[in-house]
Amino acid sequence: MQISGAEILVRSLQEEGVEFVFGYPGGAVLEIYDAIFRQQQFKHVLVRHEQAAVHAADAYSRSSNKVGVALVTSGPGATNAVTGIATAYMDSIPMVVISGQVSTPAIGMDAFQEVDMVGITRPCVKHNFLVKDINELAATIKKAFYIAASGRPGPVVVDIPKDVTQRLAEFHYPESVSIRSYVPVTRGHPGQIKKAVNLLAEAKRPYIYVGGGAVQGNASAEVTELVKMLGVPCTNTLMGLGAYPGQDQQFLGMLGMHGTYEANMAMQYCDVLIAVGARFDDRVISVPSHFLSQPKKIVHIDVDPSSIAKRVKVDVPIVGDVKHVLRDMIDLLKQTGQQVPPQNLANWWKQIEEWRSYNSLLYTPSNEFIKPQYVVQKLYEITGGDAIITSDVGQHQMWAAQYYPFKRPKQWLNSGGLGTMGFGLPAAIGAQLANPDAQVACITGEGSIQMNIQELSTAKQYHTPVKVIALNNRYLGMVRQWQEFFYGTRYSESYMDALPDFVKIAEAYGHVGIKVENPADVEPVLREAFSPALKERLVFLDFRTDQSENVFPMIQNGKGLDQMDLPPHMRDLQIAPFENNRDYGNMC
Amino acid sequence: MRHILSILLENEAGALSRVVGLFSARAYNIDSLTVSTTEDPTLSRMTIVTHGSDEVIEQITKQLNKLIEVVKVIDLNESDHIEREMMLIKVRANGKDREEMKRMADIFRGRIIDVTEKTYTIELTGTSDKLNAFIEAIDRSVILETVRTGASGIGRGERILKI
Ligand SMILES: Cc1cc2nc3c(=O)[nH]c(=O)nc-3n(C[C@H](O)[C@H](O)[C@H](O)COP(=O)(O)OP(=O)(O)OC[C@H]3O[C@@H](n4cnc5c(N)ncnc54)[C@H](O)[C@@H]3O)c2cc1C
Ligand SMILES: Cc1ncc(C[n+]2csc(CCOP(=O)(O)OP(=O)(O)O)c2C)c(N)n1
Ligand SMILES: [Mg+2]
Repeated sequence: MQISGAEILVRSLQEEGVEFVFGYPGGAVLEIYDAIFRQQQFKHVLVRHEQAAVHAADAYSRSSNKVGVALVTSGPGATNAVTGIATAYMDSIPMVVISGQVSTPAIGMDAFQEVDMVGITRPCVKHNFLVKDINELAATIKKAFYIAASGRPGPVVVDIPKDVTQRLAEFHYPESVSIRSYVPVTRGHPGQIKKAVNLLAEAKRPYIYVGGGAVQGNASAEVTELVKMLGVPCTNTLMGLGAYPGQDQQFLGMLGMHGTYEANMAMQYCDVLIAVGARFDDRVISVPSHFLSQPKKIVHIDVDPSSIAKRVKVDVPIVGDVKHVLRDMIDLLKQTGQQVPPQNLANWWKQIEEWRSYNSLLYTPSNEFIKPQYVVQKLYEITGGDAIITSDVGQHQMWAAQYYPFKRPKQWLNSGGLGTMGFGLPAAIGAQLANPDAQVACITGEGSIQMNIQELSTAKQYHTPVKVIALNNRYLGMVRQWQEFFYGTRYSESYMDALPDFVKIAEAYGHVGIKVENPADVEPVLREAFSPALKERLVFLDFRTDQSENVFPMIQNGKGLDQMDLPPHMRDLQIAPFENNRDYGNMC
Repeated sequence: MRHILSILLENEAGALSRVVGLFSARAYNIDSLTVSTTEDPTLSRMTIVTHGSDEVIEQITKQLNKLIEVVKVIDLNESDHIEREMMLIKVRANGKDREEMKRMADIFRGRIIDVTEKTYTIELTGTSDKLNAFIEAIDRSVILETVRTGASGIGRGERILKI
């Protein structure tokens, strides 16, 4: 039986086991929306802006093991989706975005709501397709899901002209897909794995640096097992948080621009570094030459060969899926009984404990102003460290990363690579739909939340009782911090004037809003927000936080990992520079 | 350093723009680019001449391989290879220049493929260096127009690029 292209699309999505499609209708996709109306298998979530559809689909994916799906119309619907697509691309998130296109004969005619979606998104997708022939539609959807989720994951755009959705054809969904020009590697080269293990067996100061690839690759168990069996210190990037349990003694915290003192010093002074699904980002190692000025052997495990030796030359590249490579490494270690020489390890830990003892995340508590760090710490306590946390971009994002020690992967959802303000709220909605029983909180700023605040309406419609934790400092705080440090406190356009009353906004959308101005109220209000009485409600907490608070430690542009700007309490300490072959004998 | 990359890619709409887009997005150089279908109509063969440090060339190769439609990439510089470029050059061939141009074309093994009273159009094939040398060798002022294909390259001997 012949069915329409729109029906073929819907059937294909069903075949892929899609649960939710996040989208927004328009002329070019009317046929598709009609087919959606006539089916029950998946749910459509009507957002209030296409950017939010893509972020929600993205976070749906980030917080589950599924591919997120978004659907937008041609022209402005498609361009609105681009920020979301680029966000997912930078963080390697598997997603399929379907965009409507004008009918094939109209393509190139400057038709109404025509935009070259394939051209616009080319640099920020893993791949994209324009489907001109209805007979290729089903196979293209199959390929799109396969490409999005395999190898290094990423968003795939499928642009479908309206006439293709209207034409008729037989529906055959391919059972399998193979693309001769696309064959991702999974297993790492055994010889390389052996080299890595041999390096560890001679290491003086080994270190394991784990990134988003371990989260995406579901390799948290392997990471933890390896770190535990070796007894070595471990750090996570912003994208890797949760891949290794945040409360564990062997965890040194996040590293990078706003990483802990110990995590960054260890990165600079380790002599054998195992990079696991992390890409030596500029916000992590700053200047490659300074990073490498301290000699070290680097093992780099990544599924994408182009991530390896991009910013930093490595000694042992291992192309493969983290989960498989780590498993092979663990097996080899068990087999050979190799280990890091215990005396080396003991000395290394003494050095690390010294660094750690400075407590670089210490902040000055206050009875007068609400400290943003305190809010995050209380949130951790009250949610038992179990909530899924989404965030926006700015200081609040860094405080969330620093003060909420994530227990498990896929618990922390943020835009790291693109740094997209406006990600947090739609992401929270997507995460809640993927995890209906989880507590979901969005840590945001008064600047960021206003970039997609209309999604409060979506949250109402779909009963996603997320808690919005606004750290409202009345500033584009991250911008203000840079202006304070580097632009002589000239706060050009970083003050958030004419702020709305967020409590009323929340209420206007049918939610609960609470304004918190007194430090003593932080804990009780958080308890209330997470109490059974408000379990089914979205609660918007407007915390009026200390306006002048800054994020520390901080590595300025052009500075090295061991050249951090330290928090006030560390500035007067006489910290001895790192010394190779130091005698740790008498230290306690 | 100058490198010649040979690329086998799916003969699909949009594949070329992905390659070109990659070079501009990542600020790589393209000195020349040629592309056409192969004996297998589903495949295109592309030759890109680029230059950059070893690190940059390594990244270019990896990034090209990452494109879904790219089947294979080789850096011809890694072993013996042959490269050829064709140039069509229209020159003024008047009076005393006429004899001189004919002589130069012969020296460079060029063929005169179009003749008018005042012009010759010469077809010249060789390495890009040879074509450059020809342009250097003749009087600049007689050149009316040049069209170059950009280099095509192929490995020597048994070395083949195929799926
Ligand atoms: C305001 C702000 C401040 C920031 N400050 C910091 C900071 O202090 N510290 C910090 O770390 N980041 C910070 N970032 C984030 C930073 O910009 C990068 O996004 C982040 O560091 C990249 O993380 P990653 O290296 O883990 O790589 P990701 O972007 O997560 O990339 C993952 C890597 O793993 C690979 N991979 C994926 N799947 C697999 C698999 N299955 N097997 C093997 N490999 C795989 C990919 O190919 C890729 O190379 C900040 C961002 C913002 C917006
Ligand atoms: C869409 C977008 N525009 C601009 C920026 C640049 N930017 C980064 S952080 C920031 C300030 C964010 O302010 P707010 O949400 O209030 O967070 P705070 O830093 O105050 O915690 C800005 C403007 C960005 N990351 N994203
Ligand atoms: Mg703010």
